Amino acid sequence: MSAPTTSVPASPRVGLFVTCLVDLMRPTVGFAAIKLLEEAGCTVEVARAQTCCGQPAWNSGDSANAGKVARGLIAAFEPFDYVVAPSGSCAGMIRAHYPELFAGDAQWEPRARALAAKTHELISFLADVRGVTRVAARLKASVTYHDSCSGLRELGVKRQPRALLATVAGLELREGPEAETCCGFGGLFCVKYPDVSAAITDVKTDDIVATGANFVLAGDMGCLMNIAGRLKRRGSKVAVRHVAEVLAGMTDAPPIAGD
Amino acid sequence: MESTSGRFENNARAALSDPTLQTALAKLADGFPARRLEAAGRMPEFEALRDAATEIKEHVLDHLDVYLETFERQVVANGGEIHWCRDAEEARQAILEICRAAGARTVTKSKTMIGEEIAINEHLERHGIRPVETDLGEYIIQLRREPPSHLIAPAIHLSLAQVAETFRASHKELPRERALNEPDALLAEARAKLRPDFLAADVGITGANMLIAETGGNVLVTNEGNADLTHTLPRVHIVIASIEKIVPTLEDASVIVRVLARSATGQDVTVYTSFCSGPRRPGDLDGPDEYHVILLDNGRAKLLGGEFRDMLRCIRCGACLNHCPVYRAVGGHAYGWVYSGPMGAVLMPALIGMHEARHLPNASTLCGRCESVCPMRIPLPRMLRAWRERLHRAGRGSLFARLGLSAWASVASRPGLYHAIMAPLIRALGNLAGPGRRFRRLPFLGAWTSARDFPAPEGETFMSLWAEAERKRKPYADLRARSARP
Repeated sequence: MSAPTTSVPASPRVGLFVTCLVDLMRPTVGFAAIKLLEEAGCTVEVARAQTCCGQPAWNSGDSANAGKVARGLIAAFEPFDYVVAPSGSCAGMIRAHYPELFAGDAQWEPRARALAAKTHELISFLADVRGVTRVAARLKASVTYHDSCSGLRELGVKRQPRALLATVAGLELREGPEAETCCGFGGLFCVKYPDVSAAITDVKTDDIVATGANFVLAGDMGCLMNIAGRLKRRGSKVAVRHVAEVLAGMTDAPPIAGD
Repeated sequence: MESTSGRFENNARAALSDPTLQTALAKLADGFPARRLEAAGRMPEFEALRDAATEIKEHVLDHLDVYLETFERQVVANGGEIHWCRDAEEARQAILEICRAAGARTVTKSKTMIGEEIAINEHLERHGIRPVETDLGEYIIQLRREPPSHLIAPAIHLSLAQVAETFRASHKELPRERALNEPDALLAEARAKLRPDFLAADVGITGANMLIAETGGNVLVTNEGNADLTHTLPRVHIVIASIEKIVPTLEDASVIVRVLARSATGQDVTVYTSFCSGPRRPGDLDGPDEYHVILLDNGRAKLLGGEFRDMLRCIRCGACLNHCPVYRAVGGHAYGWVYSGPMGAVLMPALIGMHEARHLPNASTLCGRCESVCPMRIPLPRMLRAWRERLHRAGRGSLFARLGLSAWASVASRPGLYHAIMAPLIRALGNLAGPGRRFRRLPFLGAWTSARDFPAPEGETFMSLWAEAERKRKPYADLRARSARP
């Protein structure tokens, strides 16, 4: 699905979908996203009427409640040229699953499809839609990157964050062989099957620690909270941050779950 | 085989605390995925081949009745016989009758998942017929009376030492001083033990990787050659296969063979690929006198018209198991019945009942890696979610979770209310956290904090900071600095 780049003005109106986890847990990521989007020439607006994309209900098989939440989000973001979220999971929900959620609904399916077509994950939006090739940030550290599942497999987010991270002054990227392996979060999965989830997370955190990197970065708060929580429980010093914080040069706030 | 799927949580906990199993699973996860990637890398047209294989099976499913009837006509024309079986019981009966008519006492078997599905071994034993598994992995688990824990590597859960122990316990005449600590020694022991059974067997039972409509024959792929000895030596060959195993032509079969081994083990092709053409014809050097095909439905036809239809493209390569983080954590037995991994979690609710298998579609992170490696491009995560949808509609799952979702949705669909509730809640939680910025324990989040710390929120919500910025027309950077507590 390609965005309608030709019909969009030089400074497109971007509606920032903050996502519920960034809103509640880590506003810094929202501000970092705004900074990056503005630097990429966008006019950013934050619709007040946003909460969550509805994914917790959707993944629980509760499409009635997912639809209830999703309809509000669709209405809130209709006025914008683009909708951008600092999350592969939430952007994936809108792009890949809203059309499915409203399939056959004469009123809402077209609106869901229209929203899906203009919704993007933040880093891929910067790189693929806005053509951003470098950032002005600096971070003297080694980092490893976790590919969040939805971003990677639903939206093809893989090289974009790496390409931009490569332009952060002082930053060294250390890839782990398990970068594409799920972190074990899985939304409600991690509290429904906590033992299985923790075992999956251990594969991920072992891999992160083995890279010897100072930081682990990713584009999804769910993964990051899970990874940070497990790393800290195991006494690791690896700092956990959303990739947008690093790209925006906003690393003054403490990392997720402290350092 | 009786299902323990309903006890998935306990099964999983037991698996997680079994160090031998964990070692075996780590080895599997390091081996198969890397080899698949190498095999795909050696073949530039691999992705196109996946598309072609998918299209073949889609075409078959569109015209399944036609190809099944064509297959039947060909089998009969070759002098073979078809046995249409609606369910496991009919299949067991049909097989028993063939064995009885052949006066069989010993039946050799090469690996068949449908055989596991209908629990044919137990049935034959109950009726005084001795089934002998001839695939090494299947032979081992038959001795241990265990179900397979992997589609293509049924004994993958065992260590070499456990296999040696099993042989010592079952092979009474095995000299104590014989070393069994090398794979080759174990293999030699099994071969020596199996050889007389190959020769003595009255009936050979095999599965079928594919049934070929135009020839009325079947394809078998193995790495051990045991299938060939199973179907050529005995007087009677019984093929047991489910109805979706059919492909139109030999050429179609060759397309699927090319994706099968690469996806499964990372081999370009298995060591043996055998094409059985029915009973021995005049002039043939070998082959059985009788060729029977058990065509089993067991719930498949019902899937054909619904949202789980894509599952019928599955060729049982095991790639989804090999790449699944949940399978890697708990192994196959935790799933509680014949199948496991993502394909099992989609198929089993249809075969053993949605309630019994209720955990399986839920015990997934929906990470999507299974779909990304499936040679037949089966949308496994979509179907796992579809089962969740059905379970939800049937009122399964904890009442607490259901009410929680509804309460959450009615608040989350009222943004004003949502933000008014969340802002003070999050502020309080942020204040509660110490300078470590995390909680070791939180009420209502015990499942999270059992294994992880819970990261503390920064304090103010983004939306309240943003509202303040708009109200005061302040640059948001100032507010952001406030939100980040030292």
